[in-house]
This record gives sequence, structure tokens and C-alpha cells, in this order.
Amino acid sequence: MNDFRLPLGTLVEGFIDWITDTFGFLFDFIRAVFDGAYELVDFLLVAPPFWVIIVLSAGLALATRGWKFMVGTVLGLIVVVGVDQWENAMDTLALVLVASVLAIALSLPLGILAAKSAVASNIIRPILDFMQTMPAFVYLIPALILFRVGVVPGIVATIIFAMAPGVRLTELGIRGVDREVVEAGQAFGASPWRILRQIQLPLAMPTIMAGINQVIMLSLSMVVIAGMVGAGGLGADVVASLNRIDVALGFEAGLAVVILAIFLDRLTAALGTGDTPLGRIMSARKRRAQQALAA
Amino acid sequence: MTETIAVKADRLYKAFGRRPHELVKKLTAGASRDEVSSLGTAAVIDASFEVHRGEIFVVMGLSGSGKSTLIRMLNGLLDATSGSVTVAGQAITGISAAALREVRRTNISMVFQHFALLPHRTVIDNVAYGLEVQGMGREERLAKARTIIRLVGLDGWADSLPSELSGGMQQRVGLGRALAADTDVLLMDEAFSALDPLIRREMQEQLIELQAELGKTIIFITHDLNEAMFLGDRIAVMRDGRIVQIGTPEEILTDPANDYVAQFVQDVDRARVLTAASVMEPVRSVVTITGGPRAALRTMRDLQTSATFVLNRDRTFAGVVRDRDVLGQVKAGETDLRAIVRTDAISVNPDTPLVDLVEPSVGSDLAIAVVDEKNRLLGVIPRVTLLAALGNVSTNTGDVPVIEPAATISISVITETLRDTALEGADL
Repeated sequence: MNDFRLPLGTLVEGFIDWITDTFGFLFDFIRAVFDGAYELVDFLLVAPPFWVIIVLSAGLALATRGWKFMVGTVLGLIVVVGVDQWENAMDTLALVLVASVLAIALSLPLGILAAKSAVASNIIRPILDFMQTMPAFVYLIPALILFRVGVVPGIVATIIFAMAPGVRLTELGIRGVDREVVEAGQAFGASPWRILRQIQLPLAMPTIMAGINQVIMLSLSMVVIAGMVGAGGLGADVVASLNRIDVALGFEAGLAVVILAIFLDRLTAALGTGDTPLGRIMSARKRRAQQALAA
Repeated sequence: MTETIAVKADRLYKAFGRRPHELVKKLTAGASRDEVSSLGTAAVIDASFEVHRGEIFVVMGLSGSGKSTLIRMLNGLLDATSGSVTVAGQAITGISAAALREVRRTNISMVFQHFALLPHRTVIDNVAYGLEVQGMGREERLAKARTIIRLVGLDGWADSLPSELSGGMQQRVGLGRALAADTDVLLMDEAFSALDPLIRREMQEQLIELQAELGKTIIFITHDLNEAMFLGDRIAVMRDGRIVQIGTPEEILTDPANDYVAQFVQDVDRARVLTAASVMEPVRSVVTITGGPRAALRTMRDLQTSATFVLNRDRTFAGVVRDRDVLGQVKAGETDLRAIVRTDAISVNPDTPLVDLVEPSVGSDLAIAVVDEKNRLLGVIPRVTLLAALGNVSTNTGDVPVIEPAATISISVITETLRDTALEGADL
């Protein structure tokens, strides 16, 4: 029995080697694209003085949840500036934004596919289970080999780790739409695409937004881990403080992560309910316009 | 004749389960529903019917009888396992998805049990949905939707969201959406079942008004027999996936095809469904007004009744004469029945529901006369017949003797009078 061993690890290693050799050009291309996207977003966040970003964030907070959230956002971001983590925080934010947008762009179509087809759902579900439960560090290893040290392996590992709830909740949301309402669309002769666009997606939106919220939160937690492979940002400081047993630096970097997390969570949660101050103003205005048209 | 048929179902089967076709094959070979239950569920078995243009066709059955499955096959929301459906002369079974969508856009629309409105759209956008799918421009479809909103009585609610409306009003939106699509055929799936009784009655009446105004063909699903009887021109009763009887409400009520239907209809409010025409008896005791009092008296003696109906020369209904009056006239030697005809006898038209006959019947000991629009006497409804019909005592009225008010003057008196006056009277 002692001699028996499944060579799974070696097999995967060989597979990764083969991929690296065969599709090297593809990964170089992906690397260039992701890197470019990150650099662009990062530049937009870091280049302006910090107060510009704070004012913009405050405006966003006011539009989505109201003045209390705005005050909290301003105070939180000032704390980030105060502990000298502003630039790191913006690097991390750029990383989260790029990774989340890509993860959402991948998970929505997959979720829709899974909702439409039982076969697709049965194939996708175990893969998602695998992606979600595999320890996050493990993704870093092949990502590191394929994309070399830097921001890109961090983004790729983050996407893989974070996209599962996006797919799951999109599928759940669409499957949960009242069957009769979908039938109504069919009964009036609407095409599947029209039903998806005008009935299923709007009605599933709260659930889908909960998924998007989860994608962003998971991205943020993964981005810190990605600091280990040189992704920079707050993650790099957290890893550094771990190596040096630097409680002060660890706490300050960690606190900045928490502040970013709360800001992003509340922001996306408010978008998910669809009941934002800005939204109320817009719908009231639209209704007045329609009434004027009718009169 | 085909153009008068709006929807035709021919030997429709629908089975759910892993091997539906095998299941249907066994059913066609004569197996019962329970025998094939291991293969799956047979929801609809061998359903054939034709719905005429402008008709309200009600499919009635308890939950699980397959009526919802049946209606969903009529617009292709569910594929028939076997059999065919024809809408407006076009087969919709086995056609492409795009062709099916075209049929749904132009020929057949649907109203749902739980309204199935788009909750994120205003009332007017919901009503205009069918038109939007048809590809009509925004201005045009909103203008059309506005007239429909007025038609279904939702004026002033056009810009509200469905959640701001009561259940009855939401279903008006559902009805408006189907009417706006301007299809000939309307499928209504338990459309009023989720509404409370008062609103339901109001909606039923409004549906009948709308149908009379717009002449739509309506296929209405319900589990409520009273609703079926009230709305239906014809009713198909379903049980365990099969249609057990198709007929007019009165046929179903007076001539149930089997014990199941009979049991089902025993709770129905018969007084509102049965009409005077369906229970009236042939007139026996009748004389023409020119026949004179002696003929009238003889008729009453032979039939042993205290009164007889009198017809004018053109066979229209003139009234009633009583035995006392006639006897008096005969004794006095008068010959004109006109002098003693009572014109206050109650007459009703054949479509009057029985519920409206009870009160007049209580107020008079005479049978109620049933007359057509030209005032010709079609039949009579004695009080006993009315009671028997309401109590569902017997549906066989063939040989039951007509019991009319017993003669108040003995036969011997009448016979004697007739003999005494025979020589002086003009008629024998």
C-alpha cells in the first residue's frame, strides 16, 4: 500500500507545462491586455489629488444611499489618507475594479446559459464548486507560471476565485422569475432574447446585483492574497507586515482594506435594491413627463 | 364551414415523464391512465373539440384534471405529445418556433390566473406589451393602449405600477393587454379565480359585455362550475385528463353524460342557469278565443282544471279564463269569451332564468305562460314543475302528468250545465 500513490499533482504540473509551451503567445496577449487595463484604471485613480477622488466618491455615495453614507465615505477615506495608505488603496481599488468587471463579464453569460439549459447547469455547477472551494493560494501557482510575477496573475486568480457567486446568483435569479410572467412574454409572441432582456433580467436584477456584490467582496479579499505574487497595493503591505511581524503597518493596511470593503459593499448593495435617491428622482421625473404627454 | 371555426383540437394528448410517446401509444391502444402511471403522467388524453368564432368556450374541471395543460397546448406554450391544434385554419403543432411566435402575435393571446404583469412597467406599458412585441411604434401603441385602458375601466391609472393596483384592477390590466393585442382568440386561464367573489362577478359580467361588443372567441378555463355556467356558450367538462362531456350549460345540467358530471353539477345554482324554455311543459288546457265558453268549459272538464289559456285567432296569447266565469257565461247564454278573459296572467319569455320565476309563481295559482317575442304561447310552467326543476327531482318530464290547479267546480255540475244549455247555445 505504501507504494500506491495517485500522480494527480504531477499530471496537473505536466498539463500546465504543456499549456505554457503551446499557448504561450495567448497568455502573453492576455497579460498585455489585463496589464493595460489595470494601468489605465490605476492611473485614473492615482493621478488626481486624493481629494478629487474623495469628492467623487462622496457624490456617488450621496446619489446611491444619501447623506449618511456620504459622511461615512468621506470620513473613511480621510482615515485612509491619514494612515498614509492612499496610493496603496487606489492600487488595490484598481485591481478590484478590473478583476470584478472581468469576473462579472464572464459570470453573467455563464449564469444565463446555466439558467436556460439544464445540461449547461449540470456541467457548470461542479466546476464552480471546484473553483470556490480550492484554497485561493493554489490558483496563484499556475497563474504565476502562466503570467509571471506582477499584477496579472493576481487579477486572473481573483477572477477565478470571485466569479462563482456571480454565475450562481445569476442562474438562481433567472430561474426564480415567476413562470407565469415568462409565459406571458411567450404567449404574446416575444422572442427568447426579448424575454431575457425585458422580463427575466429586470426581474432577476436584485438577485444578480447580490451576486455582483459578492463578486466584488470576494475580489477584494483575494486581491490582498494576490499581494503575495507582487500584485502591489494594500496586499503587498499586509504581506510585508506579516513577514516583519509589523503590527502597526498590518493594522493600518488592514483597516484600509476594511474601509474599501464597506464602501464597495454598501454601494453595490444600494444599486441592487434599485431604490436609490437618484433613482427616485429620475422615476418621479419620468412619470411627470409621461403624465404631461398623456394630458 | 371552416372559417367559422376559430380553434380546433384534434385527438390531443400530452404526457409528462421520461417516455411520453410510449405512454401515449399505450393510451391509444386502450390502456387506462393508472395503468401507464409508471411511465409518467398523462395530463391530457384524447381531447378533441372545435371552438366557433365569437363563442365563449369554457373548459371546466377540478385541479389536476389537465385543463391548464390543455389551454397551454392551444397556443403552443406546451408541445402536444400527439394530435393537432389548428388556430384560424393554421396548424400550430409541429411548426417552427418563429412561425409559432407569429401565430401568438396575430391570432391568439392569453390572460393569466395570477395576472403575470410585468411589475417594473406601468399599466399603459403593460397593456401595450403585445403591440410592442408586434413591432408597433411607441406613439401608436400608447394611443391604442389608452383606448383599451378606457374600455376596461382603468381610466386615470395608466401611469401606475401594477403593485399599486388591487387584484381586480390588475386583472383588468391583464385583460387589457390581451385585448390590445387585437387577436381573434383569447385564452383565459383561471383568469378570475384569484379574485374575491364580488369582484369576480363584476369581471364576469364585464367580460360578457366586452365579448358582445368585440366579438372575440374566448376559451375560458375554470374550476368553478357556477362561473362556467354563467360565462359559457358551451362547456367542456374534464376529468383525469379526458373531456367527459361537451355541451351547453343547460345540456350539462339537465342531461349529464355520467355520474361524475351529475355529481359535479348538483351543487350548481340551477335557478340561474336553467331558463323557462328548458323546464316548460306543453300546453294542454288551451282554447281559441273564438271557440266560445262552451268549448272552454268542456276542455276544463276533460282536463279537470280550473282555468284554461286562451289564444287569439293569430295564435298569440290572450290570457286566461276561470271555470266560474265560464260557467256563469254559459248559464247566462253569452258567447263571447273576450268579456271574461283575464289579461293579468303572467307571461315570460323563454330566456328568463328560473330565479326570476319564483316570485310570480308564488303570487299566482295559475301556471306561468312562456311566450316568444311574437307573443305566441310556447309552453307553461306550473308551480310544481318549477319546484321540481329547482330541486332537481326528475329531469325526465315526458310522462309526468301536468298538475294544474284542481277544478273548483265538480264535473257533474259542468256536465249538467252543458247539457241544459245545449239546445239554446250556438255551439255543441
